[in-house]
Amino acid sequence: MLRRPFESTLSPWHEMNRLRREMNRLFDSTYSTRGAPAGYPAMNVWLSKDGAIATAELPGVDPDDIEISVVGDTLTVSGCRDPQDPEENESYHRRERSCGTFSRSFQLNFQVDPEGVEASFENGVLTIGLPRTDADKPKKIEVKTA
Amino acid sequence: MAEEKDLQVQNAEKQEIELEDAERTRDRPAFVPRVDIVENDSEIVLVADMPGVGPDSVEVTLEQDRLTINGYVEPMQPEGYALAYAEYRVGDFTRSFTLSNKIDREKIEAVMDKGVLRLHLPKIGPSQVKISVRAG
Repeated sequence: MLRRPFESTLSPWHEMNRLRREMNRLFDSTYSTRGAPAGYPAMNVWLSKDGAIATAELPGVDPDDIEISVVGDTLTVSGCRDPQDPEENESYHRRERSCGTFSRSFQLNFQVDPEGVEASFENGVLTIGLPRTDADKPKKIEVKTA
Repeated sequence: MAEEKDLQVQNAEKQEIELEDAERTRDRPAFVPRVDIVENDSEIVLVADMPGVGPDSVEVTLEQDRLTINGYVEPMQPEGYALAYAEYRVGDFTRSFTLSNKIDREKIEAVMDKGVLRLHLPKIGPSQVKISVRAG
């Protein structure tokens, strides 16, 4: 579960997180666990006043194997990436790509309208559009002069 | 199958390349794509993860014995949206490999699908050249 104060501009921690990752990389040969994303797949979230767009990189995953569900203000992306086990006469020289099941949940700070959720998958990048419910959209409040 | 379901995917991080001698002309960060290399009797298959790269944005070049894979990504910028939370950066992909001379360079095939590049590198068939020995 993830809750961050979303602002209309870049979060002030974005640069700090990036600096922290670079420093971790200086000291470790691999990323330390504190700098790693909370799970697979790594996701980016874009916000506007009408809603959010979440993107994830899922190369090689069949769109039929991806399940997206939205409950209230929580988005869950799960699925499975086919492990390609070697055949009998094959041998691996290198194996860096991971495979198996994955699941990721995101809690946004607004209620999502489930009717308007759209997802598209292109070139291995999953893009999910999450509109706010009408009740949750920021309303302009008129200031009445007395 | 129960065994497959227990297998969890790890490693969501992308590894950025270290800039050594030549800088890149594009101002985008460049990442190292994760690669599986499988060898069977007739060919070597190289599978590279390059999400966001379409079939027209891939370059596979072969120079002497160096095979280089380049994938170019157009960063997405949805209209009216601001990036609020990022766990991965978007950038190009590049990786180089040294080929042995067991590979038939004329018949290399590349297929790009769903952000995954498959390179088929057929091995040179056993060319038996019988060399006759002269008594001398």
